[in-house]
Amino acid sequence: MEGALLFAAATLRISVPYALAAMGGAMSERGGVVCLALEGIMLHGALAYVLGAWATGDPWLGLLAAVLAGVATAALHALVTVAFRADQITSGIGLNLLAAGLTRFVLVTVFHSSSNSPRVAGLPDLPLGPIAQVPALGPLLATPLVPLTLALVPATVWLVFRTPFGLRLRATGERPDASAALGLSVARLRTTGVLLCGALTGLAGAWLASEQHSFTDGMTAGRGYIALAAMIVGKWHPAGAAAACLLFGATEAAQIALQGSGFPSALLQALPYAVTMLALAGFIGRATPPRALGTPYDPEAV
Amino acid sequence: MSAAPGAAPAAPARLRLPLGVLAPLLAVLLALAAGGVLIAAVGQSPFEVYALLVSQALGTGYGVGQTLFKATPLLFAGLSVALAFRAGLFNVGAEGQMYLGGFAAALVAAYAPLPAPLLLPAAVLAAALAGAAWGAVPGALKARFGAHEVINTIMLNFIAFALVSWWGRALFVPATVRTREAPEAAWIPRLDVLLPWLKGSPANLALLLGVALAALVGVLLFRTRAGYELRVLGLSPGAAEYAGVRTGRAQVLAFALAGALAGLGGTSFVLGYKHWFEQDFTAGAGFMGIAVALIGRNHPGGVLVAALFFGMLAYGGLVVNQRVPADLVNVLRALVILFAISAHALVERWARSREA
Repeated sequence: MEGALLFAAATLRISVPYALAAMGGAMSERGGVVCLALEGIMLHGALAYVLGAWATGDPWLGLLAAVLAGVATAALHALVTVAFRADQITSGIGLNLLAAGLTRFVLVTVFHSSSNSPRVAGLPDLPLGPIAQVPALGPLLATPLVPLTLALVPATVWLVFRTPFGLRLRATGERPDASAALGLSVARLRTTGVLLCGALTGLAGAWLASEQHSFTDGMTAGRGYIALAAMIVGKWHPAGAAAACLLFGATEAAQIALQGSGFPSALLQALPYAVTMLALAGFIGRATPPRALGTPYDPEAV
Repeated sequence: MSAAPGAAPAAPARLRLPLGVLAPLLAVLLALAAGGVLIAAVGQSPFEVYALLVSQALGTGYGVGQTLFKATPLLFAGLSVALAFRAGLFNVGAEGQMYLGGFAAALVAAYAPLPAPLLLPAAVLAAALAGAAWGAVPGALKARFGAHEVINTIMLNFIAFALVSWWGRALFVPATVRTREAPEAAWIPRLDVLLPWLKGSPANLALLLGVALAALVGVLLFRTRAGYELRVLGLSPGAAEYAGVRTGRAQVLAFALAGALAGLGGTSFVLGYKHWFEQDFTAGAGFMGIAVALIGRNHPGGVLVAALFFGMLAYGGLVVNQRVPADLVNVLRALVILFAISAHALVERWARSREA
């Protein structure tokens, strides 16, 4: 029982940043904009959290800075891909390279270290009373971003599938010409989707930095790509994406649990990527992207 | 998803050349200007830093050699991405293909029981085959299941890293993350054997292999039937199919060739410099191939020029590290990509509006 709780807690802990970024990715891609930039946005969010918390001493302002940095990075993606209508895939890759270089540049300039920042405060625990006493899971649930993430899953599902905005966003991702014919602004809807992606993915970065109480070079370590994979396996549905994140989180928790047992952990490490390829090839149901995904919308091209 | 950028120039023919040169040039200048702001922000003079960068990277024989060495994997990766682009395929997997290529080369070079004269050719061939095999996978998945190659190549990069770290556990020299050193017969000779001026730099003959392959890719794309079919496939998959091109086969072929090129890019470091495989040796060169292809307009000649430019930046960044964090060049490279696609999209739109 104790072991099962520990495993569940480890899985949940690992899944939090994946789920936030994967839901963000779904927001962007449901509107028709490919977002390979999750990794870079998350990295910017993590550094901004540390800079904010370090400069003001207030972790909540660090959280705000992380969201703003995520939105700013996403705004750059929206500028290049929605306003300029340039290639979305390349823009995402460019932003990831930018974040890798820029965060280290700032790290060296501000903290005079190419590896890590000084220690900063993490977000304070919520006063949950008896719930916090539950072994393993309790302390995790008291960490503010965990309940927030759990609440954001139904919230994003509701936003995408139950509100006029969500309907319009999805329509824009499937048939932007039809959306435009209805008098909707394709550019505004797509930009909103991308910016929401930036906010959610910035939160993922804040979680990593708050948990670790510092920024280290390249600390996202490919998590943005795992989130991307989870979004695909979850078929561009926020709840599906979150479920895929739990699956990927569990394989990672198993990897850690099996360490030193002689089991080839590289096989578990490669599992999320292999599962994603199988999903894309249609072996796990059909993972069909939004129809207009990746295509810049040009109102003059009929 | 959209076709690869620059694969299908939509602008009218008379504007194509100025567009092709202008947009990348504009992107580089804008990136340098933005980088200048960053340099000024840390209290240095942008002109002095850029002058130092160029003079160190091009002013001495050793610097030129370092620039050429840094440019070598970028040339292979750029050719890989450009060839796939021409066929309408986006190869984000050059990193993993190069990684496996270098690993295979090191294994053959250090462990294969072959007579000495055969070691080097066998190791180079192993790099090409490993890259081709890894490259063919996303091609086949696209041809057979319509699975998008961008996600698959990204996933395959990570799978390649995981597999090598698994195999490496049994192979690596204890307490290191490298394979054992290859015998001298498997080494690619240094360029300073031919050009004593480059003395001491790790530039090696893999560069000449890359230049020769650039010429070959040019001939393939623009002078052969197979290359013509690939380009038609890139410009209009529907037209290609209607014209009788076996599109699935062409996609697998293009991706296998792209993988082979990237795989061969691993030989410069593994056979020409360290003489062993080292974890993370590619250090992003495969991803940079995307920038190289973009600035080189997916043309072998342009790719060569772009690889030399980015090679100069890569070495020059290390030289100016005393005054500005070396990551300045990483920021510059990313900005070049973002500006290049933006400039391309905007200039093309402007050209089309003038045409209308």
